[in-house]
Amino acid sequence: MGEFRMPSLGADMEAGTLVEWLKRPGDRVKRGDVVAVVETQKGAIEVDIFEDGVIERWLVEPGTTVPVGTPLAVIGSGGPAAAEAARVAAQPAAAVVVAPTPVEKPPTRASFEPAGEPRRSRASPAARRLAVERKIALDALTGSGPGGAVLRSDVERAIAQMAPRPVSPKRLDFGEMRRAIAAAMSRSKREIPHYYLSTTVDLTRALGWLEPANANRAPAQRLLLAALLLKAVAHALGEMPEFNGYFTHEGFQPGAGIHVGTAIAIRGRGLVAPAIHDADKLSLEELMARLRDLVARARSGALRSSELSDPTITVTNLGERGVETVFGVIYPPQVALVGFGAPVERPWAVGGQLAARRVLMATLAADHRASDGHRGARFLANIDRRLQSPETL
Amino acid sequence: MTRDDITAVLIDELGRIAPETDATGLDPDADLREQLDIDSMDFLNLVTTLGERLQIDIPEADYPSLATFGDAVDYLAERLGTAA
Repeated sequence: MGEFRMPSLGADMEAGTLVEWLKRPGDRVKRGDVVAVVETQKGAIEVDIFEDGVIERWLVEPGTTVPVGTPLAVIGSGGPAAAEAARVAAQPAAAVVVAPTPVEKPPTRASFEPAGEPRRSRASPAARRLAVERKIALDALTGSGPGGAVLRSDVERAIAQMAPRPVSPKRLDFGEMRRAIAAAMSRSKREIPHYYLSTTVDLTRALGWLEPANANRAPAQRLLLAALLLKAVAHALGEMPEFNGYFTHEGFQPGAGIHVGTAIAIRGRGLVAPAIHDADKLSLEELMARLRDLVARARSGALRSSELSDPTITVTNLGERGVETVFGVIYPPQVALVGFGAPVERPWAVGGQLAARRVLMATLAADHRASDGHRGARFLANIDRRLQSPETL
Repeated sequence: MTRDDITAVLIDELGRIAPETDATGLDPDADLREQLDIDSMDFLNLVTTLGERLQIDIPEADYPSLATFGDAVDYLAERLGTAA
Protein backbone atom coordinates (compact mmCIF):
# COMPACT_ATOMS: atom_id res chain seq x y z
CA MET A 1 0.00 0.00 0.00
CA GLY A 2 1.38 3.36 -0.96
CA GLU A 3 0.43 6.96 -0.70
CA PHE A 4 0.12 9.48 -3.47
CA ARG A 5 1.47 12.71 -2.03
CA MET A 6 1.50 16.42 -2.77
CA PRO A 7 4.73 16.64 -4.76
CA SER A 8 7.50 19.13 -4.22
CA LEU A 9 7.86 21.00 -7.47
CA GLY A 10 10.85 23.05 -6.46
CA ALA A 11 12.99 23.97 -3.52
CA ASP A 12 10.70 26.87 -2.69
CA MET A 13 7.32 25.11 -2.80
CA GLU A 14 5.66 24.67 0.58
CA ALA A 15 2.08 23.86 -0.33
CA GLY A 16 -0.17 23.23 -3.27
CA THR A 17 -3.90 23.28 -3.93
CA LEU A 18 -5.61 20.19 -5.28
CA VAL A 19 -7.69 21.44 -8.19
CA GLU A 20 -9.07 18.26 -9.66
CA TRP A 21 -8.90 14.49 -9.47
CA LEU A 22 -8.46 12.86 -12.89
CA LYS A 23 -8.71 9.29 -11.55
CA ARG A 24 -11.35 7.82 -9.27
CA PRO A 25 -11.14 5.25 -6.50
CA GLY A 26 -11.01 1.84 -8.13
CA ASP A 27 -9.10 3.10 -11.15
CA ARG A 28 -5.97 1.19 -12.02
CA VAL A 29 -2.99 3.48 -12.57
CA LYS A 30 0.50 2.89 -13.87
CA ARG A 31 3.67 4.85 -13.39
CA GLY A 32 3.50 8.10 -15.33
CA ASP A 33 -0.29 8.37 -15.40
CA VAL A 34 -1.64 11.81 -14.62
CA VAL A 35 -3.77 11.43 -11.51
CA ALA A 36 -4.56 14.95 -10.37
CA VAL A 37 -4.17 18.63 -11.18
CA VAL A 38 -2.49 20.78 -8.56
CA GLU A 39 -2.21 24.53 -8.55
CA THR A 40 1.19 25.87 -7.61
CA GLN A 41 3.27 28.97 -8.08
CA LYS A 42 4.25 27.54 -11.44
CA GLY A 43 0.68 27.31 -12.64
CA ALA A 44 -1.71 24.38 -12.82
CA ILE A 45 0.43 21.26 -12.90
CA GLU A 46 -0.64 17.77 -13.87
CA VAL A 47 0.61 15.39 -11.22
CA ASP A 48 1.75 12.00 -12.42
CA ILE A 49 2.16 8.96 -10.24
CA PHE A 50 5.40 7.12 -9.47
CA GLU A 51 4.05 3.60 -9.01
CA ASP A 52 1.64 1.13 -10.49
CA GLY A 53 -1.45 0.25 -8.48
CA VAL A 54 -5.08 0.96 -7.83
CA ILE A 55 -6.46 4.14 -6.32
CA GLU A 56 -8.10 2.93 -3.12
CA ARG A 57 -9.39 6.20 -1.81
CA TRP A 58 -8.96 9.92 -1.89
CA LEU A 59 -7.73 11.64 1.25
CA VAL A 60 -8.05 15.21 0.08
CA GLU A 61 -10.89 16.92 -1.71
CA PRO A 62 -10.46 19.37 -4.59
CA GLY A 63 -10.09 22.95 -3.44
CA THR A 64 -7.90 21.98 -0.50
CA THR A 65 -4.47 23.48 0.05
CA VAL A 66 -2.07 21.10 1.74
CA PRO A 67 1.66 21.15 2.56
CA VAL A 68 4.15 19.34 0.34
CA GLY A 69 4.33 15.65 1.27
CA THR A 70 0.74 15.38 2.47
CA PRO A 71 -0.86 12.09 1.34
CA LEU A 72 -3.55 12.85 -1.25
CA ALA A 73 -4.72 9.32 -1.95
CA VAL A 74 -4.09 5.74 -0.89
CA ILE A 75 -2.69 3.51 -3.61
CA GLY A 76 -3.14 -0.25 -3.29
CA SER A 77 -1.24 -2.99 -5.01
CA GLY A 78 -4.31 -3.97 -6.94
CA GLY A 79 -4.50 -7.43 -5.37
CA PRO A 80 -7.87 -9.04 -4.59
CA ALA A 81 -8.21 -7.37 -1.18
CA ALA A 82 -7.24 -4.00 -2.50
CA ALA A 83 -9.53 -4.33 -5.46
CA GLU A 84 -12.35 -5.15 -3.09
CA ALA A 85 -11.53 -2.16 -0.91
CA ALA A 86 -11.46 0.05 -3.96
CA ARG A 87 -14.72 -1.35 -5.20
CA VAL A 88 -16.34 -0.67 -1.85
CA ALA A 89 -14.81 2.78 -1.70
CA ALA A 90 -16.04 3.51 -5.17
CA GLN A 91 -19.59 2.59 -4.32
CA PRO A 92 -21.82 5.55 -3.68
CA ALA A 93 -23.11 4.11 -0.42
CA ALA A 94 -19.60 4.06 0.93
CA ALA A 95 -19.08 7.78 0.52
CA VAL A 96 -18.19 8.16 4.17
CA VAL A 97 -15.15 5.95 3.53
CA VAL A 98 -13.84 8.85 1.52
CA ALA A 99 -13.73 10.93 4.67
CA PRO A 100 -10.24 11.03 6.06
CA THR A 101 -9.90 9.12 9.29
CA PRO A 102 -8.31 11.09 12.13
CA VAL A 103 -5.04 9.19 11.81
CA GLU A 104 -4.66 9.78 8.11
CA LYS A 105 -6.17 13.20 8.19
CA PRO A 106 -3.81 15.59 6.46
CA PRO A 107 -3.36 19.05 7.89
CA THR A 108 -5.74 20.60 5.44
CA ARG A 109 -6.94 24.13 5.42
CA ALA A 110 -10.10 23.35 3.55
CA SER A 111 -12.77 25.90 4.08
CA PHE A 112 -15.45 23.24 4.39
CA GLU A 113 -13.79 21.48 7.28
CA PRO A 114 -14.77 22.07 10.88
CA ALA A 115 -12.15 23.63 13.05
CA GLY A 116 -12.94 21.46 16.06
CA GLU A 117 -13.16 17.75 16.77
CA PRO A 118 -14.54 15.48 14.11
CA ARG A 119 -18.22 15.03 14.88
CA ARG A 120 -20.55 12.18 14.15
CA SER A 121 -22.49 13.11 11.11
CA ARG A 122 -26.08 14.11 11.61
CA ALA A 123 -27.67 14.99 8.36
CA SER A 124 -31.01 15.32 6.64
CA PRO A 125 -31.87 12.60 4.13
CA ALA A 126 -31.64 15.11 1.28
CA ALA A 127 -28.22 16.23 2.45
CA ARG A 128 -27.14 12.62 2.81
CA ARG A 129 -28.32 11.73 -0.68
CA LEU A 130 -26.55 14.66 -2.25
CA ALA A 131 -23.39 13.98 -0.25
CA VAL A 132 -23.34 10.38 -1.43
CA GLU A 133 -23.99 11.43 -4.98
CA ARG A 134 -21.18 13.97 -4.99
CA LYS A 135 -18.82 12.03 -2.74
CA ILE A 136 -18.77 14.60 0.01
CA ALA A 137 -17.70 13.41 3.44
CA LEU A 138 -20.53 14.45 5.75
CA ASP A 139 -18.21 14.26 8.75
CA ALA A 140 -16.24 17.12 7.33
CA LEU A 141 -19.20 19.48 7.05
CA THR A 142 -20.45 22.02 9.53
CA GLY A 143 -24.20 21.66 9.79
CA SER A 144 -26.46 24.66 10.08
CA GLY A 145 -29.55 22.61 10.96
CA PRO A 146 -30.98 21.70 14.37
CA GLY A 147 -28.32 20.28 16.65
CA GLY A 148 -25.70 20.91 14.03
CA ALA A 149 -27.33 18.59 11.51
CA VAL A 150 -26.05 18.91 8.00
CA LEU A 151 -28.66 20.25 5.59
CA ARG A 152 -28.82 19.98 1.85
CA SER A 153 -27.83 23.66 1.62
CA ASP A 154 -24.66 22.93 3.63
CA VAL A 155 -23.69 20.22 1.18
CA GLU A 156 -24.43 22.50 -1.76
CA ARG A 157 -22.22 25.17 -0.23
CA ALA A 158 -19.41 22.65 0.25
CA ILE A 159 -19.75 21.52 -3.37
CA ALA A 160 -19.59 25.10 -4.54
CA GLN A 161 -16.47 25.71 -2.47
CA MET A 162 -14.66 22.64 -3.64
CA ALA A 163 -15.63 22.93 -7.27
CA PRO A 164 -12.51 23.09 -9.42
CA ARG A 165 -11.79 26.65 -10.34
CA PRO A 166 -12.54 27.28 -13.97
CA VAL A 167 -9.34 26.84 -15.91
CA SER A 168 -8.84 30.11 -17.69
CA PRO A 169 -6.80 30.26 -20.89
CA LYS A 170 -4.04 31.96 -18.90
CA ARG A 171 -3.07 29.25 -16.46
CA LEU A 172 0.09 30.99 -15.45
CA ASP A 173 0.36 33.51 -12.65
CA PHE A 174 3.47 35.50 -13.40
CA GLY A 175 3.49 37.22 -10.04
CA GLU A 176 3.59 33.83 -8.34
CA MET A 177 6.20 32.58 -10.78
CA ARG A 178 8.40 35.58 -10.03
CA ARG A 179 8.11 34.89 -6.30
CA ALA A 180 9.04 31.23 -6.88
CA ILE A 181 12.11 32.23 -8.88
CA ALA A 182 13.06 34.77 -6.22
CA ALA A 183 12.83 32.18 -3.44
CA ALA A 184 14.80 29.51 -5.29
CA MET A 185 17.51 31.85 -6.52
CA SER A 186 17.90 33.54 -3.11
CA ARG A 187 18.34 30.15 -1.51
CA SER A 188 20.86 29.19 -4.18
CA LYS A 189 23.00 32.27 -3.64
CA ARG A 190 22.68 31.92 0.14
CA GLU A 191 23.59 28.24 0.36
CA ILE A 192 25.52 27.15 -2.71
CA PRO A 193 29.19 28.07 -3.08
CA HIS A 194 29.22 28.47 -6.86
CA TYR A 195 32.32 28.26 -8.98
CA TYR A 196 32.32 29.22 -12.64
CA LEU A 197 34.19 27.97 -15.70
CA SER A 198 33.88 28.78 -19.36
CA THR A 199 35.21 27.52 -22.65
CA THR A 200 34.70 28.47 -26.29
CA VAL A 201 33.32 25.73 -28.51
CA ASP A 202 33.96 25.74 -32.25
CA LEU A 203 30.59 25.01 -33.87
CA THR A 204 31.86 24.40 -37.39
CA ARG A 205 31.34 20.65 -37.22
CA ALA A 206 28.05 20.75 -35.34
CA LEU A 207 26.50 23.26 -37.74
CA GLY A 208 28.16 21.56 -40.70
CA TRP A 209 26.36 18.37 -39.72
CA LEU A 210 23.05 20.04 -38.83
CA GLU A 211 22.60 21.97 -42.07
CA PRO A 212 22.48 19.01 -44.49
CA ALA A 213 20.57 16.98 -41.87
CA ASN A 214 17.82 19.62 -41.87
CA ALA A 215 17.86 20.26 -45.61
CA ASN A 216 15.89 17.08 -46.29
CA ARG A 217 13.51 17.42 -43.40
CA ALA A 218 10.07 19.01 -43.29
CA PRO A 219 9.95 21.85 -40.73
CA ALA A 220 8.17 19.64 -38.20
CA GLN A 221 11.11 17.22 -38.26
CA ARG A 222 13.93 19.77 -38.22
CA LEU A 223 16.47 19.82 -35.43
CA LEU A 224 17.63 22.87 -33.55
CA LEU A 225 21.18 23.31 -32.31
CA ALA A 226 19.65 23.22 -28.81
CA ALA A 227 18.92 19.50 -29.24
CA LEU A 228 22.59 18.80 -29.98
CA LEU A 229 23.70 20.86 -26.99
CA LEU A 230 21.31 19.06 -24.63
CA LYS A 231 22.40 15.68 -25.92
CA ALA A 232 26.08 16.52 -25.54
CA VAL A 233 25.47 17.53 -21.92
CA ALA A 234 23.46 14.37 -21.23
CA HIS A 235 26.21 12.15 -22.67
CA ALA A 236 28.94 13.99 -20.78
CA LEU A 237 27.00 13.53 -17.53
CA GLY A 238 27.13 9.78 -18.07
CA GLU A 239 30.89 10.02 -17.61
CA MET A 240 30.82 12.79 -14.99
CA PRO A 241 28.03 11.75 -12.60
CA GLU A 242 29.11 14.18 -9.88
CA PHE A 243 27.37 16.97 -11.79
CA ASN A 244 24.11 15.05 -12.08
CA GLY A 245 22.09 14.96 -8.86
CA TYR A 246 21.34 16.81 -5.66
CA PHE A 247 23.11 18.20 -2.64
CA THR A 248 21.21 17.42 0.55
CA HIS A 249 22.06 17.40 4.27
CA GLU A 250 23.60 14.00 3.61
CA GLY A 251 25.91 15.40 0.98
CA PHE A 252 25.83 14.73 -2.75
CA GLN A 253 23.19 12.27 -3.95
CA PRO A 254 23.59 11.15 -7.58
CA GLY A 255 20.46 11.40 -9.72
CA ALA A 256 18.53 8.24 -10.53
CA GLY A 257 18.70 9.10 -14.22
CA ILE A 258 19.90 11.92 -16.42
CA HIS A 259 16.94 14.27 -16.37
CA VAL A 260 18.05 17.48 -18.00
CA GLY A 261 16.17 20.55 -16.79
CA THR A 262 15.78 22.87 -19.74
CA ALA A 263 15.38 26.55 -18.99
CA ILE A 264 12.44 27.90 -20.97
CA ALA A 265 11.66 31.60 -21.01
CA ILE A 266 7.94 32.23 -21.01
CA ARG A 267 7.96 35.10 -23.44
CA GLY A 268 9.98 37.35 -21.22
CA ARG A 269 7.63 37.14 -18.26
CA GLY A 270 8.89 34.13 -16.41
CA LEU A 271 11.08 31.10 -16.48
CA VAL A 272 10.71 27.38 -15.84
CA ALA A 273 13.22 24.57 -16.24
CA PRO A 274 11.28 21.31 -16.66
CA ALA A 275 13.06 18.00 -17.19
CA ILE A 276 13.62 16.04 -20.34
CA HIS A 277 13.72 12.62 -18.71
CA ASP A 278 16.55 10.21 -19.56
CA ALA A 279 17.92 12.63 -22.14
CA ASP A 280 21.00 10.42 -22.58
CA LYS A 281 18.84 7.58 -23.88
CA LEU A 282 16.90 9.59 -26.48
CA SER A 283 17.81 9.94 -30.13
CA LEU A 284 18.28 13.51 -31.35
CA GLU A 285 14.90 13.30 -33.08
CA GLU A 286 13.19 12.12 -29.91
CA LEU A 287 14.94 14.74 -27.84
CA MET A 288 13.91 17.47 -30.28
CA ALA A 289 10.29 16.29 -30.21
CA ARG A 290 10.34 16.35 -26.39
CA LEU A 291 11.87 19.81 -26.38
CA ARG A 292 9.25 21.13 -28.76
CA ASP A 293 6.45 19.65 -26.72
CA LEU A 294 7.98 20.90 -23.46
CA VAL A 295 8.36 24.48 -24.71
CA ALA A 296 4.76 24.53 -25.94
CA ARG A 297 3.42 23.16 -22.64
CA ALA A 298 5.63 25.40 -20.51
CA ARG A 299 4.24 28.42 -22.31
CA SER A 300 0.64 27.31 -22.00
CA GLY A 301 1.09 26.31 -18.36
CA ALA A 302 0.54 22.58 -18.79
CA LEU A 303 3.61 20.97 -17.31
CA ARG A 304 3.65 17.72 -15.36
CA SER A 305 4.79 17.42 -11.79
CA SER A 306 7.58 14.95 -12.58
CA GLU A 307 8.97 17.39 -15.13
CA LEU A 308 9.30 20.02 -12.42
CA SER A 309 10.50 17.79 -9.59
CA ASP A 310 12.94 15.51 -11.42
CA PRO A 311 15.64 17.64 -13.09
CA THR A 312 19.10 16.50 -12.01
CA ILE A 313 20.88 19.41 -13.72
CA THR A 314 19.79 22.53 -15.59
CA VAL A 315 20.84 23.69 -19.05
CA THR A 316 20.20 27.25 -20.12
CA ASN A 317 20.58 28.04 -23.77
CA LEU A 318 20.42 31.70 -24.78
CA GLY A 319 19.87 30.91 -28.44
CA GLU A 320 20.64 32.88 -31.54
CA ARG A 321 19.42 36.22 -30.29
CA GLY A 322 21.07 36.03 -26.88
CA VAL A 323 24.35 37.48 -25.68
CA GLU A 324 27.64 35.62 -25.76
CA THR A 325 27.96 34.33 -22.22
CA VAL A 326 25.66 33.30 -19.40
CA PHE A 327 26.85 32.51 -15.87
CA GLY A 328 24.03 30.57 -14.31
CA VAL A 329 22.58 30.40 -10.84
CA ILE A 330 22.21 26.76 -9.76
CA TYR A 331 18.65 25.60 -9.08
CA PRO A 332 18.78 24.02 -5.62
CA PRO A 333 19.18 21.24 -4.68
CA GLN A 334 20.90 20.58 -8.03
CA VAL A 335 24.66 20.93 -8.17
CA ALA A 336 25.35 22.28 -11.65
CA LEU A 337 24.06 24.48 -14.42
CA VAL A 338 25.46 24.45 -17.94
CA GLY A 339 25.00 27.63 -19.97
CA PHE A 340 25.28 28.15 -23.70
CA GLY A 341 25.58 31.64 -25.15
CA ALA A 342 24.55 32.77 -28.60
CA PRO A 343 26.52 31.32 -31.52
CA VAL A 344 28.67 34.13 -32.95
CA GLU A 345 31.13 34.43 -35.81
CA ARG A 346 34.64 35.18 -34.53
CA PRO A 347 38.23 35.10 -35.75
CA TRP A 348 39.54 31.64 -34.86
CA ALA A 349 43.01 30.20 -35.24
CA VAL A 350 43.06 26.80 -36.95
CA GLY A 351 46.34 25.10 -37.82
CA GLY A 352 48.28 28.36 -37.61
CA GLN A 353 45.81 30.17 -39.84
CA LEU A 354 43.17 32.69 -38.93
CA ALA A 355 39.65 31.82 -40.03
CA ALA A 356 36.16 33.21 -39.41
CA ARG A 357 34.25 30.56 -37.47
CA ARG A 358 30.96 30.23 -35.66
CA VAL A 359 31.72 29.67 -32.01
CA LEU A 360 29.72 29.44 -28.82
CA MET A 361 30.64 30.07 -25.19
CA ALA A 362 29.84 27.14 -22.91
CA THR A 363 29.85 27.84 -19.18
CA LEU A 364 29.50 25.80 -16.05
CA ALA A 365 28.24 27.02 -12.70
CA ALA A 366 28.84 24.22 -10.20
CA ASP A 367 28.46 23.59 -6.48
CA HIS A 368 31.89 23.54 -4.85
CA ARG A 369 30.55 21.28 -2.09
CA ALA A 370 29.97 18.56 -4.68
CA SER A 371 32.84 19.03 -7.13
CA ASP A 372 36.05 20.91 -7.82
CA GLY A 373 37.12 23.08 -10.71
CA HIS A 374 39.42 20.42 -12.09
CA ARG A 375 36.51 18.02 -12.65
CA GLY A 376 34.33 20.90 -13.81
CA ALA A 377 36.88 21.72 -16.49
CA ARG A 378 36.89 18.11 -17.64
CA PHE A 379 33.09 18.16 -17.78
CA LEU A 380 33.06 21.23 -20.05
CA ALA A 381 35.85 19.75 -22.19
CA ASN A 382 33.81 16.54 -22.47
CA ILE A 383 30.80 18.51 -23.76
CA ASP A 384 33.04 20.33 -26.25
CA ARG A 385 34.54 17.07 -27.49
CA ARG A 386 31.12 15.56 -28.11
CA LEU A 387 30.01 18.60 -30.10
CA GLN A 388 33.01 18.00 -32.37
CA SER A 389 31.50 14.61 -33.35
CA PRO A 390 27.85 15.55 -33.90
CA GLU A 391 27.19 12.34 -35.83
CA THR A 392 27.71 10.36 -32.60
CA LEU A 393 25.18 12.36 -30.59
CA MET B 1 -4.07 34.29 -52.79
CA THR B 2 -3.48 38.04 -52.74
CA ARG B 3 -0.77 39.91 -50.84
CA ASP B 4 -3.44 41.03 -48.39
CA ASP B 5 -4.40 37.40 -47.76
CA ILE B 6 -0.76 36.49 -47.19
CA THR B 7 -0.33 39.45 -44.84
CA ALA B 8 -3.41 38.37 -42.90
CA VAL B 9 -2.15 34.79 -42.57
CA LEU B 10 1.25 36.00 -41.38
CA ILE B 11 -0.27 38.35 -38.80
CA ASP B 12 -2.52 35.56 -37.60
CA GLU B 13 0.33 33.08 -37.16
CA LEU B 14 2.59 35.65 -35.50
CA GLY B 15 -0.27 36.42 -33.13
CA ARG B 16 -0.43 32.78 -32.11
CA ILE B 17 3.28 32.68 -31.36
CA ALA B 18 3.44 36.04 -29.61
CA PRO B 19 -0.09 36.49 -28.29
CA GLU B 20 0.73 39.44 -26.07
CA THR B 21 2.02 41.53 -28.96
CA ASP B 22 0.18 43.31 -31.74
CA ALA B 23 1.49 41.97 -35.02
CA THR B 24 -0.54 44.52 -36.99
CA GLY B 25 1.66 47.34 -35.75
CA LEU B 26 4.94 45.81 -36.88
CA ASP B 27 7.59 47.85 -38.65
CA PRO B 28 7.80 46.02 -42.02
CA ASP B 29 11.53 46.74 -42.33
CA ALA B 30 12.69 45.86 -38.82
CA ASP B 31 13.92 42.46 -37.69
CA LEU B 32 10.87 40.29 -37.11
CA ARG B 33 12.35 38.10 -34.39
CA GLU B 34 13.68 41.13 -32.54
CA GLN B 35 10.36 42.98 -32.64
CA LEU B 36 8.31 40.05 -31.41
CA ASP B 37 10.96 38.47 -29.17
CA ILE B 38 10.82 35.23 -31.14
CA ASP B 39 13.40 32.53 -30.38
CA SER B 40 14.55 29.71 -32.68
CA MET B 41 11.83 27.38 -31.42
CA ASP B 42 9.13 30.00 -32.09
CA PHE B 43 10.57 30.64 -35.53
CA LEU B 44 10.63 26.93 -36.33
CA ASN B 45 6.99 26.71 -35.24
CA LEU B 46 6.15 29.70 -37.44
CA VAL B 47 7.82 28.12 -40.47
CA THR B 48 6.04 24.84 -39.72
CA THR B 49 2.56 26.34 -39.47
CA LEU B 50 3.03 28.73 -42.42
CA GLY B 51 4.21 25.83 -44.54
CA GLU B 52 1.20 23.72 -43.57
CA ARG B 53 -1.31 26.53 -44.02
CA LEU B 54 0.04 27.79 -47.33
CA GLN B 55 1.04 24.35 -48.64
CA ILE B 56 4.63 25.31 -49.35
CA ASP B 57 7.95 23.96 -48.12
CA ILE B 58 10.14 26.63 -46.56
CA PRO B 59 13.69 25.24 -46.51
CA GLU B 60 16.06 26.27 -43.75
CA ALA B 61 18.29 27.94 -46.35
CA ASP B 62 15.47 30.42 -47.02
CA TYR B 63 15.15 31.59 -43.41
CA PRO B 64 17.12 34.80 -44.13
CA SER B 65 14.37 35.72 -46.62
CA LEU B 66 11.97 35.90 -43.68
CA ALA B 67 14.07 38.33 -41.64
CA THR B 68 11.58 41.22 -41.62
CA PHE B 69 7.81 41.32 -41.95
CA GLY B 70 8.13 42.94 -45.39
CA ASP B 71 10.66 40.34 -46.53
CA ALA B 72 8.43 37.55 -45.30
CA VAL B 73 5.39 38.81 -47.24
CA ASP B 74 7.54 39.22 -50.37
CA TYR B 75 9.00 35.75 -49.97
CA LEU B 76 5.65 34.05 -49.40
CA ALA B 77 4.08 35.96 -52.31
CA GLU B 78 6.88 34.83 -54.60
CA ARG B 79 6.60 31.22 -53.45
CA LEU B 80 2.84 31.28 -53.99
CA GLY B 81 3.14 32.98 -57.37
CA THR B 82 1.22 36.04 -56.26
CA ALA B 83 1.58 39.09 -58.49
CA ALA B 84 3.20 42.04 -56.75
